Amino acid sequence: MPLKPSPEANLNQAQPAPSSNLAGSDPGADQEPRPLSPAETAWEREVLEPVLGRTPERDWDFTTLSGVPIRRLYTAADLPSGFDFEREVGFPGAPPYVRGIHPTLYRGRLWTMRQFSGFATAEETNERYRYLLSQGQTGLSVAFDLPTLMGYDSDHPLSEGEVGKCGVAIDSVADMERLFAGIRLDQVTVSMTINAPAAAIWAMYLVAAEKQGVAWSRLSGTLQNDILKEYIAQKEYIYPPEPSMRLVVDTIEFAARQTPRFNPISISGYHIREAGSTALQELAFTLRDGMEYVDWSLRRGLRVDEFAPQLSFFFNAHSDFFEEIAKYRAARKLWCQVMTERYGAKLARSARLRFHTQTAGVSLSAQQPFNNVARVALQALAAVLGGTQSLHTNSLDEALALPTAEAATIALRTQQILAFETGVANTVDPLGGSYFVERLTLDLARGAEDYFRRIDEMGGMVAAVERGFPQREIAEAAYQYQCALERKRKIMVGVNEFATEEAPLETLYIDERVRVRQAENLRRLRAERDGAAVERALSALRRAADSEANTMPALLDCVRAYASLGEISEALRGVFGSYTETSLT
Amino acid sequence: MAAERKIRVLVAKPGLDGHDRGAKVVARGLRDAGMEVIYTGLRQTPEMIAAAALQEDVDCIGLSILSGAHNALVPRLMVLLRERGLEDVLVVIGGIIPDADTAALKQAGVAAVFPPGTSMREIIEFIQGHVRPAPALD
Repeated sequence: MPLKPSPEANLNQAQPAPSSNLAGSDPGADQEPRPLSPAETAWEREVLEPVLGRTPERDWDFTTLSGVPIRRLYTAADLPSGFDFEREVGFPGAPPYVRGIHPTLYRGRLWTMRQFSGFATAEETNERYRYLLSQGQTGLSVAFDLPTLMGYDSDHPLSEGEVGKCGVAIDSVADMERLFAGIRLDQVTVSMTINAPAAAIWAMYLVAAEKQGVAWSRLSGTLQNDILKEYIAQKEYIYPPEPSMRLVVDTIEFAARQTPRFNPISISGYHIREAGSTALQELAFTLRDGMEYVDWSLRRGLRVDEFAPQLSFFFNAHSDFFEEIAKYRAARKLWCQVMTERYGAKLARSARLRFHTQTAGVSLSAQQPFNNVARVALQALAAVLGGTQSLHTNSLDEALALPTAEAATIALRTQQILAFETGVANTVDPLGGSYFVERLTLDLARGAEDYFRRIDEMGGMVAAVERGFPQREIAEAAYQYQCALERKRKIMVGVNEFATEEAPLETLYIDERVRVRQAENLRRLRAERDGAAVERALSALRRAADSEANTMPALLDCVRAYASLGEISEALRGVFGSYTETSLT
Repeated sequence: MAAERKIRVLVAKPGLDGHDRGAKVVARGLRDAGMEVIYTGLRQTPEMIAAAALQEDVDCIGLSILSGAHNALVPRLMVLLRERGLEDVLVVIGGIIPDADTAALKQAGVAAVFPPGTSMREIIEFIQGHVRPAPALD
């Protein structure tokens, strides 16, 4: 008798992955019959059934955080018949990269410990960066405040109350220079979480490097610059989708020519997940976004292998341990497949999905905040077992405020404990070959392909976004999860179960003085710079935006003339217009 | 006898932040609880919110603020509501509001601050128990 299931019997394995099932699952759905080996059949009869007869299982939804039903036990019967492990999963550093993009992974080099950080003024954030680097952090990641994210200067009326609150305020290249004072930009890799105004902020970064005497070709880092997920999830957009996509392609093209070691985009599922999506939706929408950027870059006339090696990704690490690990493994497999089959990439580097991970902010509780240290450690472990290239671990106080230095230090120490004490970095993809993890990986990949087909049929991701498709899918999943919490079919410890009263935590508090200081700096900047030169540069930018030209050279000239971010964004708004979402609730 | 008027709630997201998961979940939860919900969409100024509250004749305004801008935006909204004769509209806030700021917001006229982790039921019951009495219909 074969131990592997027969082809006929395998039909039930070919079903698409179950969709979110938080609303209330069919209790038997996770136990549908599947072809068993004689040994497993005997085990069920002789061992399992007598025990179930005496002690039934708990009354509980055995589903992932995303609502996917999970079986009691995974065995060879859960893999497709004829599943060829060496072909389907293979080896790390070789296609389809399920087991990782590097053959030695963390034995060669540990992941980059890159804590996302930024608050108040450039000077205060610079101090935090230098502290984190002195504590063993290995990369920087800039958090910008909301006015910067939305392309407003600190003294704009709409910036009131927001300056320096959620990140650092950057109004011009002068702030960017202060941000990296004493930090050589060829010695660290820098990630910048900026989207709608990404091209202008990147221009500031490039000019700041120029002023340090660092050649662009030596710069290494990442611009988030993923505008599609802004329309889908985080909603920090400025311009309509088409001109926004054009700006993204401008940066991709510029990076391919001028900054070979810099990632001009980090295609992000993080925010999609934070907005309430399932793991599958995070995976599917992120990779489909990636394909959209490839399509638009090809339409620009770039060759796929010219820019694809510089595309990078960013995923969430949520609390369902195995589902997350499977998500990263499926992502690598899918991207390899898409790049080689759909786009005909020839370079191996084009097919390797490199990603950053951040633990799930949305999973943290304001109640009993010290529990968050445990959550973050487990989520970070999932990211490491999933083969991430870099990692941010959230601080325990982040459901309440931006982190204090103490909380940020514990978060960094959590990564160092994982790297140096637990032994998990000793071997590559230690969960590879687990029936459960391989099956989850297959199901997530299959479910994502189903979403790809649906979005392709809509005419691509820009069209799907304009129809509100991913937005609606995510809002539905978010609501179902809230309902599951209310019914206690999902538990958040210390929130809807095991709740207690406790004393409030000391948190970082940012007051309105930051806005006053930034406004004063802007007033001085406007008085001291050559106003006519600024006007000329902004006019040239408007002309470039209105033509087919790449806007990066004109943006660099604006920055060199000390035009502010608000002035640059306003010039582009004049050409491109602004975007307002059609409300969907 | 006229049918009982449904509680009308304006769910609004002031400030520059776009994280609308909470606002949308609450809007839907209130609707499922039988209230009439008007969601303003993103990036509403206090002026826009006050105008919408007047135009829609709402009983309650639910604000979602996570960015730290509440101290600048909420007191201004409360003044605008008073200027428009809307002082009896129940104003509640959800999001990330430091404990240190709660007293000042209540002083300004906010009825409740719901921290992260608040259940839908708590929000629904609070609104049902605190909106102004419906006008007599006889």
